[in-house]
Amino acid sequence: MSIPITLTVNGIPRTVALEDPRVTLLDLLRERLDLTGSKKGCDRGQCGACTVLLDGRRVNACLALAVSHDGAHVTTIEGLARDGELHPVQAAFIAHDGFQCGFCTPGQIVSAVGLIQEGQAGDDPERIREGMSGNLCRCGAYAGITEAVATAHAAMAGASGLPGGYLREDAA
Amino acid sequence: MLERHGSSIGQPLTRRDGPDKVTGAARYAADVHPEGLLHAVMAVSTIARGRVAHLDLAAAQAHPGVVAVMTPENAPRLARSPDEKEGPVSFRLDLLQNDGVRYASQPIAVVIAETLEAATEGALLLNPRYEAETPSVVLGAGERFTPQMVGAGLPAAMGSGDLEAGLAAAEARIEATYDTAAQYHNALEPHASVAEWDGDRLTLHTPTQGLYPAKARLAALFGLPPENIRIHSPYLGGGFGSKGFLSSPQILGVMAAKLVGRPVKLVTRREQMFGPVGHRASTRQTLRLGAKRDGVLTGYGHHTLTLTSTYDDFFEPASVLSRHLYACPAIATNHEASRADIPTPLFMRAPGEAPGSVALESALDELALELGIDPLELRLRNYAEVEPLSGRPFSSKALRECYAQGAERFGWASRPLEPRQMRDADGLLVGWGLGTATYPAGMFQGEARATIRADGTALVETAAQDMGQGPWTVLAQIAADGLGLPLDRLDLRIGDSDMPNGGLAGGSTATATTGTAVHNAAQGAVAALAALATNDPASPLYGAGNAGVTAAEGRLSRRDDPSRSETFSEILARAGRDSVEAKGQGAGEPASRKAYAMHAHGAVYAEVKVDPDLGQIRVTRLVGAFAAGRVVNPRLVRSQYYGGMIWGVSLALHEHATLDARSGRVMNNNLAEYHVPVNADIPSVEAILVEEHDPHVNPLGIKGVGEIGITGTAGAIANAVWHATGVRVREIPITLDRLLG
Repeated sequence: MSIPITLTVNGIPRTVALEDPRVTLLDLLRERLDLTGSKKGCDRGQCGACTVLLDGRRVNACLALAVSHDGAHVTTIEGLARDGELHPVQAAFIAHDGFQCGFCTPGQIVSAVGLIQEGQAGDDPERIREGMSGNLCRCGAYAGITEAVATAHAAMAGASGLPGGYLREDAA
Repeated sequence: MLERHGSSIGQPLTRRDGPDKVTGAARYAADVHPEGLLHAVMAVSTIARGRVAHLDLAAAQAHPGVVAVMTPENAPRLARSPDEKEGPVSFRLDLLQNDGVRYASQPIAVVIAETLEAATEGALLLNPRYEAETPSVVLGAGERFTPQMVGAGLPAAMGSGDLEAGLAAAEARIEATYDTAAQYHNALEPHASVAEWDGDRLTLHTPTQGLYPAKARLAALFGLPPENIRIHSPYLGGGFGSKGFLSSPQILGVMAAKLVGRPVKLVTRREQMFGPVGHRASTRQTLRLGAKRDGVLTGYGHHTLTLTSTYDDFFEPASVLSRHLYACPAIATNHEASRADIPTPLFMRAPGEAPGSVALESALDELALELGIDPLELRLRNYAEVEPLSGRPFSSKALRECYAQGAERFGWASRPLEPRQMRDADGLLVGWGLGTATYPAGMFQGEARATIRADGTALVETAAQDMGQGPWTVLAQIAADGLGLPLDRLDLRIGDSDMPNGGLAGGSTATATTGTAVHNAAQGAVAALAALATNDPASPLYGAGNAGVTAAEGRLSRRDDPSRSETFSEILARAGRDSVEAKGQGAGEPASRKAYAMHAHGAVYAEVKVDPDLGQIRVTRLVGAFAAGRVVNPRLVRSQYYGGMIWGVSLALHEHATLDARSGRVMNNNLAEYHVPVNADIPSVEAILVEEHDPHVNPLGIKGVGEIGITGTAGAIANAVWHATGVRVREIPITLDRLLG
């Protein structure tokens, strides 16, 4: 049995003949589309390392079955930089040292992009910390992460006039 | 020696590995996909003691996509028993060589399949039946004994003076027992192997904190010359000690690839990480402290009872830090242990020091209460001017400055002596606490190779391991200064076992050890280049002699006449050479290591708020001040301190593996129930980098910073909880039930 599904991943339509309905969105990305930026830390939605934007919404890709999302738009860490230029959140993570080992970092950054787009946190550090608390960082880079999200929020608001305007086209 | 510090060392550069890590381009082991890759999933035991009586191999093998099931029946035979130790610090492994079970979540089979889904399902279908025996996993239940050694080869008992006489002479005494919980490292990256055999040659992608020991262990197990094995470990998704030695799952991936003759990827599942990849054992520590009324200690004893496995030895060295920290004429530190049906404990970030510190710092505050003395004042009155047990001078010790700068920043001076005196605007109880941080400034052995190339660039190679502490950046900074080259002309390569031995990323030794090796290699390469120039009559440097030449910005210049200089490229071109290279070693210098005690120090101040009705505890402010010799990169060093301090929060308030005494299993073997701090748990953390010059520790004056942040912090929080509430909780982590109970 093969189940064909089409996803728009980082703006590129990808059609996959899924041979197995048990495949999660995370394993589809990692094992079949060679998009290994999204990480598997727990495989049950507890660590956030696999966070992607699914139709503009933050989700744990390990808890999403790929077959349930035929036709969806997916943004992963690989889809944030444009023409070699880092996304403001990526640049801010480097500037504020918002990571150490880097394993949770793709999930943190995608989660931050989602949080900024949601417009829920603004530049309030306490709300940023709360909104980023679905993403564990065992190295303990939380201070830098919070600063990076606040900085990126400010930069993105300044650049587009709209917080989170940067990725709106993928969320359509 | 040519001294050339300045242009790069000390700069707060951003991480050179940053762009790869923020774009998802950094490839961790499980991200590697060789052609023809199969997926392997382990089945692990649900009993803690006994044997596997039956596995439903037929059901697993019948599942579509399953290629093979590896069990003790068909697992590749090894050249050496996995129970044979490679040295005093080497651990027994569970590699399917028999059907015995000696702890819960031990690997009992591996299912190999065309897809991850098929392998996962296949492992579930094995449906094991056991002959189970009653396990014992409780601290204090087994027969007690004194270990031969604790930690990495330290004596179990050490002391000086007569503790009982010291305590008898005291005017104030406390005796208190503290329990600390078993903890699991839980690096975000599960242990993974992608293994590929080509005849008797092995290529392995796996995260390890020690590429050379890993290579040696594989060579012994598979009966191969080490040069047949190549391990790639450019990025670890966290290690914290759990990747210090190759674990059983990592090697089972290699065996699975051998069994099926195809590349195999085996990734440990999160729940399987509460078993075969190490943990910190629980401890029960008894502190006996006596002092004169003025606070001067007359005696202190630090006794640790800990657990180890039935089949191997590792003993959490929790009493060891009491040998280095406070001055006292009578000190006794010792350890006892009992065996249990648990996996062998392992080094975990600040092994010994972490649980030891929370007990010792708590006890000091209990003594301060007894004496009516400010906790900072009590620590200053017992400040060790020399290392207490050995009497050796410290190679450097700026702890007084740490206390002072931290106290100033935190506002310690306005702390009321009595507990339960402060409330915030919402009525929450506020408490302030202090803890002293300390960690040894050790070094292992490492090597690096530096090659200056004809195009004016340099290649520096060492099999160092990046687990987030920053070698991609700091080794490049050290190399750039050593070579006299701008960073953009430097190609640093690490994380490959074919390179020179990069030492271990462990024990807070990596930057000191590998950095020294890189520094020496760079200096050797510059010396080789200088020899070419100074012996060449056509060179403006002719006759200057090695010591008369300096390297900067890719040029060698005469020290006495900087106008006489030429570029690295010019020197190599005229000599008709493609390159010059040199190797450098990094290791502690035995004479100075014997003469001096070498430790980093710090002081951590914590504020907590406690809900008086619910007992909910929040750490609202943490200020740490640390002195650890030369700071190679303040941005990255600060991050190490933050990380350590957050581990201190975790130790004090969060982490607790709950063992079921009947089954021997960890009941909270997942990241929702095994609590570690999330972002919202860490509202404010600050680290002050206190200046410290150490002329003895190594040529660059570097001490390690990776582990010290935990020490001090957990005790500071425990003390702050007491100060907020007046309740002393001696069971760590301090949770609201324990606080209210």
